[in-house]
Amino acid sequence: MKPTLGFEEIEKVIAEFKRNPFQNYPVFTPHTGVVSLKVKKGDKVKGTSGKWLEKKGTLLYTLTRQGNVKPFYAPIEGEITDLKKELEGQFVEANTYLLTIRHRLSKEETINKILEKFLDIYRAPETAKYYLAPELSKKIEQKGLQQILIQPGDEFLVMSRMKRDVTLVYDGQPGIIYALYFKPNTTIAQGEPLLGICPPEQAEFISNLVKKIQLEWD
Amino acid sequence: MLELEKKVLFLQKRLVYLMDIKGELFGDRLVPLQNWLDTLKSQLYTLSAAELKDSLDKIAAQIYLYEKEAEEKLTPLDYVRIVRHPFRMTLKDILENVYDDYVELGGEDECNIDPAVIAARATISRKVGNRIYTYQVMVLGHEKGHGEEFRNGGSAKPWGNAKALQFMQVAETEGIPIHSYIFTPGAFPIEDYPGAAQQIARNLYAMAGLKVPIISFISEGGSGGAEAIGLSDLRLMFSHGYYSVISPEGAAAIEGKLKEGEKAPLDLVRRCAEQLKITAKDNLELGTIDRIIQEPPLGAKSEDYAFFQQLKKEVIKATDEVVLSVKSLSALRAYHLKKNGLQDTSNIYIRWELNEKEKQKLVQKRRQKYRAMARNFYADLRSPWQKKVEEVKNYFLRVKTYFYFDLLKRPRRRLERIGEDIKAEAHVILSYFFSPFIQLKERFFPPKQKYYFKLEYETEVYETEVEDTQSNNGYVSPLAKVDKTITCPNAERCGCYDIWIPDLYTDLCGICPNCGHHFPLEYQWYLNCLFDKNSVREFNAEIASINPLGYEGFDAKLNQAKQKTGRHSAIITFDAKVMGISLVVVMLYTDFRGGTVGAAEGEKFVLACERARLLRRPLLAYVHGTAGIRIQEGTIGVIQMPKCTVAVREYLEAGGLYIVVYDNNSYAGPVASFLGCAPYQFAIRSSRIGFAGPRVIRETTGTEVPPDYHSAENALKRGHIQGIWDRREFRKNLYMALRTMGGKNLYYR
Repeated sequence: MKPTLGFEEIEKVIAEFKRNPFQNYPVFTPHTGVVSLKVKKGDKVKGTSGKWLEKKGTLLYTLTRQGNVKPFYAPIEGEITDLKKELEGQFVEANTYLLTIRHRLSKEETINKILEKFLDIYRAPETAKYYLAPELSKKIEQKGLQQILIQPGDEFLVMSRMKRDVTLVYDGQPGIIYALYFKPNTTIAQGEPLLGICPPEQAEFISNLVKKIQLEWD
Repeated sequence: MLELEKKVLFLQKRLVYLMDIKGELFGDRLVPLQNWLDTLKSQLYTLSAAELKDSLDKIAAQIYLYEKEAEEKLTPLDYVRIVRHPFRMTLKDILENVYDDYVELGGEDECNIDPAVIAARATISRKVGNRIYTYQVMVLGHEKGHGEEFRNGGSAKPWGNAKALQFMQVAETEGIPIHSYIFTPGAFPIEDYPGAAQQIARNLYAMAGLKVPIISFISEGGSGGAEAIGLSDLRLMFSHGYYSVISPEGAAAIEGKLKEGEKAPLDLVRRCAEQLKITAKDNLELGTIDRIIQEPPLGAKSEDYAFFQQLKKEVIKATDEVVLSVKSLSALRAYHLKKNGLQDTSNIYIRWELNEKEKQKLVQKRRQKYRAMARNFYADLRSPWQKKVEEVKNYFLRVKTYFYFDLLKRPRRRLERIGEDIKAEAHVILSYFFSPFIQLKERFFPPKQKYYFKLEYETEVYETEVEDTQSNNGYVSPLAKVDKTITCPNAERCGCYDIWIPDLYTDLCGICPNCGHHFPLEYQWYLNCLFDKNSVREFNAEIASINPLGYEGFDAKLNQAKQKTGRHSAIITFDAKVMGISLVVVMLYTDFRGGTVGAAEGEKFVLACERARLLRRPLLAYVHGTAGIRIQEGTIGVIQMPKCTVAVREYLEAGGLYIVVYDNNSYAGPVASFLGCAPYQFAIRSSRIGFAGPRVIRETTGTEVPPDYHSAENALKRGHIQGIWDRREFRKNLYMALRTMGGKNLYYR
């Protein structure tokens, strides 16, 4: 179960994220070899991009082993904050720390981090189409999404694959459905988030927190 | 007054057209005319009709003079502008004005499987004496729709070409001629089933044997897209059209080595247009078309009704010509037509239906026509003496084949088959005759033990399994001589370890031991490792590529390729054996100009087909790689698509077994013709097969494609190929394919 926080904590949480709106990505060598660094401390680097992540990021360093010069690219956009310059031209072991990319979190990434911290995310067990269970759907229609409490053992989702419908039974902590992340009649890949569930008393807190971030984050 | 208003608008349109096509020639000279027309338009109801008419006549005369001046100074790039202009006549204009009546098949504007392709059943009539004769025809073609967005500029999608094929077959069933009008900048390059390349190949293959007259008319002939409906008995071209292997902009991007998104400089585009020899006149000289249909100055537009009347006569005459060339009783009419041309067709009537014999003759003539195309555009480096020896050898081979297969083997096989049938019939009769006796015997002497009837299948009797003793013939790839490791491209995804290069290119046959990724290997590896030791015997190696269009700088590039490879063309043709089975092989390899196909390559391919047919051997096309048709050869290159497909069809119809194996990268024209039409197509793992590369797709369709879009796995999923072979298993799989697909008699039915 995720931590329960009061309303007074909102500012604290936001301040914490504002104080440090970054995520550090340390880069380690995958294997032995002679290092040749291609970036300097303070350099801005681009991460992997493209619809299929087909475009490589900025070249960080190369590792030469047995005559094979292997390039390594930045996995994420950011700034080089730490760099082991002394390793330039040195032979290093596998898993040697080389540098750190400090990535500035975007508004969406911050919200996702907060939601992940405070919500129980229910992920798709299989690649399939998902629907809310008819009873639950009816209740949500009548009362609204964040008003419905689900208990372990409740039938809450219908997984449909090639006309084979399987009813899924909720087995987590009791809570309300804070957010739906899927659209009916759309195929959802395995592991994608379907529902965000939280204790009823935290719904308002999360909602206010998200709103505040959306308004204040730049 | 309404008429004069219409005339103002018409003249304005002509002026806009003139500016669009040749604006840079006139500079500001057209502005006063434009202003004059604008003033007249605003004073339409204040000026008297006589004044207005007088002014308009003066303007019309001036515009006519300018049009004439522009016409005289048209450059090849201007022809491209003309055919792409929204005022240019379209197929619908032709259907409306040339044919008496038509019914569009399979679509109406946007409600169409592909609005860029139109199929229509139409009627066209001619008057002979006092009688009017009406003919039924099938009209196919691309529709540009005067710039309608959903028409895609006449760029046919694979299913559009499939629709064209469907109605070609309908026309064949009904025995009516096909008129195909080509108005396309090129085919829409997508791989979705049935696949841009594969569908064009299917169309070409079908047209090579279609038993009805086909007449094609080219306005905008964009390479493979044009060929999809362009293989015909008579190829006519509009005087202001263009027919090219690639758009001038595309050629400029290649020539200028431009980065994606960069616009080609106009001068370079113009130079490319000139060098590609794209105009009707150029194409007539090259022999890729049969005749030019003259258009009015600056090309035919939708309202050029006089031109449509002329076109109607041309259409009828062209169909007459094709029909008369195969009609048994036609000499006088053919003579009359030849002598009088279009001037007087009032006293001849020609029925366009053909009988079976005439249909055979028609197809045969079509094949001969394509066989003879582009024959002067390659070099034969053999001395006259060598040529004579070759001719004599071929002659003896023909005689030997005739005696062995036609005189001895074929009658013997026929007799054997008759014998088999008689035996089988006799068996049935004898069973009837003896069954009462057997039953009687069984009643009095019941069988003591149960009988098991052994089912006997009709089996092919093969030789005993040949043990493969091939061990690379001692060949070591030069790639293996590097003393370092290499990273598999799938290392990140599959966790492959680095591979020691000498191991990779020797024992591992260039294959990652973890994920099975195939690293490219040189074509010599296949020559040495795929076929039996000392079995490779090359033929026609002296047929050499040249620079038929005198393309600037191409001679140097060609010489460089010849020096690099020590060969004269991008195709190697040879006899070889695979585990004892003899076959004829054509190998397209990348080292020579990217494996591009031009006149020499096409000729060598056709000769290989003929040799395989003569020797009754299976034909293997191993594609080490091909980048498409050689753009520096222009339409001479494009014509290799139908030419080679016709040869494949002839070979297959004679009973041959044709197998294509793709490796590395195989794209564009060859895949869309003589490779893509093969009944059995396989790919070596990690190869890529497609119509256009990702950059061309992005630039023409505006859509991104995933990095594995052209992968062999995706080609297999789309149904373009029939299997993926591991390089280590290539020899074994090929042997199996030859045995299972070839059957008892191996190659010939």
